[in-house]
Amino acid sequence: METQPKKQDRVKKEPLIRLVKRDALAKKKVVLIYAIAIVASLVLSALICALFSSKNPLSFFGALFEGAFGSPRRIWLLLQDTALLLGVAVALVPAFKMKFWNLGGNGQILVGGLAAISCMYYLGGKISDALLIPLMIVASILAGAVWGVLPAIFKAFFDTNESLFTLMLNYIATGLVSMFITIWVKSGSGILEPLKYGNFPGLFGSPYLLTILVFFILAALMYVYLRYTKHGYEISVVGDSPNTAKYIGIDVKRVIIRTMIISGALAGVVGLFLAGGIHHTISTASANNMGFTAIMATWLAAFNPLVMMGTCFFIIFISRGMVEVRADFGFTNDSIANIVIGLVYFCVIACSFFITYRVVFRKTGAKTLESDEKKGENAV
Amino acid sequence: MTLFFVSAISIATVLLYGCVGEIITEKAGHLNLGIPGIMCMGTAGGCLGVSLYMGGLPTPENASWILLVLISLLFSIVFAAALGGVYALLTVTLRCNQNITGLAITIFGSGATNFIMSFVDRTHFDPAGKVISSALPFADRLGGFGRVVLGHGIFVYLAIAVAIVCAIVLSRTRVGLHLRAVGESPATADAAGINVILYKYVAILWGSAIAGLGGFYYIMDYIKGSWENAATIEAFGWLAIALVIFVLWKPGIGILGAFLFGACYIVAFVIPNITPTQREIIKMLPYVVTIVVLVLTSIRKKREHQPPASLGLSYFREDR
Repeated sequence: METQPKKQDRVKKEPLIRLVKRDALAKKKVVLIYAIAIVASLVLSALICALFSSKNPLSFFGALFEGAFGSPRRIWLLLQDTALLLGVAVALVPAFKMKFWNLGGNGQILVGGLAAISCMYYLGGKISDALLIPLMIVASILAGAVWGVLPAIFKAFFDTNESLFTLMLNYIATGLVSMFITIWVKSGSGILEPLKYGNFPGLFGSPYLLTILVFFILAALMYVYLRYTKHGYEISVVGDSPNTAKYIGIDVKRVIIRTMIISGALAGVVGLFLAGGIHHTISTASANNMGFTAIMATWLAAFNPLVMMGTCFFIIFISRGMVEVRADFGFTNDSIANIVIGLVYFCVIACSFFITYRVVFRKTGAKTLESDEKKGENAV
Repeated sequence: MTLFFVSAISIATVLLYGCVGEIITEKAGHLNLGIPGIMCMGTAGGCLGVSLYMGGLPTPENASWILLVLISLLFSIVFAAALGGVYALLTVTLRCNQNITGLAITIFGSGATNFIMSFVDRTHFDPAGKVISSALPFADRLGGFGRVVLGHGIFVYLAIAVAIVCAIVLSRTRVGLHLRAVGESPATADAAGINVILYKYVAILWGSAIAGLGGFYYIMDYIKGSWENAATIEAFGWLAIALVIFVLWKPGIGILGAFLFGACYIVAFVIPNITPTQREIIKMLPYVVTIVVLVLTSIRKKREHQPPASLGLSYFREDR
């Protein structure tokens, strides 16, 4: 494949730098490129943290691990947060695989949580927990599914832009949560005290284990669903080429709607666990922006639910580790965590370029992988 | 009633900057979900400029209006455009996924803004806010009308001017035609000899610079120099992106749309004897209205009301 010289170049000369699309790159090399990008971004973060606090940049890494793995409680919290993020990522992945930009994870989590909390608030104490909890499960799944299927219906029938639709639904969900809190909290403080009824039981004496098990199992099931079932096949065909899907007789509208019901319902389940299993209350910040963070996790994992376990773990590792870094380095607010996470994202996003494209310089001709990677670090 | 109009226009200004910035970017075919973060970054830059200028003065009360406005304007534009530059580098040159990059920009931008603002010396923000938001000198003499139309700081009029200029450039000039061509079909534009990459970069940088002013205006003019955190500005950023759809990618209609959104936003706070529950319901209005507009335009399928055809797609010449 040859690039045509630019129009301005009257002289017949190849451009200095040109890009060539790669064929599939070996898995080992892809992993290596990502690893280099992540290490580069962490080194950069360490330097920035050191610059603003006059501490040794090497202690950044120690603090990062201390914050994530420092005590049994920290490890449990790390795993629990990973599981929750994984839950959201599992919810989003079928939609993204279908190239349906579901930016509404936050809203779907919130309405799921809101439905569970409503059951706890109105029925708690009136019926037994054994009856209440199944009711909460059904309510959350339904609420999440409704929030997911609304944009899907309009996408399927009128091709309405789904990323903007789902984005708006996030704010309506936030508004609904604030609205119900004004109804429930008569004092006007805006904070709903934790509710006593409908709390999930611990598993083997651990309050964390149930959440962790449920979402890791769901991730494994999602892997099977996407890879080995007819539904999964239909999703990937619709995502890759809607025209092909129509041609081979797939009902595209039905696939879009069905997939978004699943996607919304699973996000609702995360809301259910946040409400019934962890916080026992709800606020507008309950979703903790996981709807957006999970998009990163699914995309980094190339939409593979098994790989997502790793990417979710990594993202949570950074954000929990940064709590300790912040304390150690004496930063007054928690924004440094967002800066570091942002830097990691930038580097990883940028390195996706070097996986898809090859940079070719004039005359040097064929390129080795090594020099591509160096380029990756420079771009970072 | 006067207060209602004045507040609505103030909120509208924040949204108008963000909206016009996003329209320019989207016209080049780039859905920039980083606008909320970029608006935060513009705020940080402008505030840093204010703090540097005011800190260097012996008597901060006598700050020169023109110098203060120019310095903060410059800082705000540079900071916002810098973050916009990162977005442009990642999405135009490196052809990364626009939605993912935009989200990362927003996470980074709001974090960096909180971080920068924790270092910025805010002691003189109060007088600076008063200077920047000072109205035209004869506004008070004209009663209620004067306060509504002339009683704002310079940044309100700048926003309207920017929107009008953008509307004219987009629909009436060759540059605007080329920009729209790049957003609709970059391959065709390339074949016609338009420098696609250059147009994309310039549009993204300018769009970011304009959007950044919105956040700065909010801090210095609307809340007169007080600062809590970047979350409020981020929320305005998302609303501005919604506004782009509401006004069908037209900066001229953007002025009216922004006022309508501003009114929706502010009405919940000015209606007397309203329960908190009703207030929350009214606050959801702008988002519901946006969804309705989004659905209606997609049902009607009128050609001039659609988003740019290659919005969200990277352009690689050899893919043709």
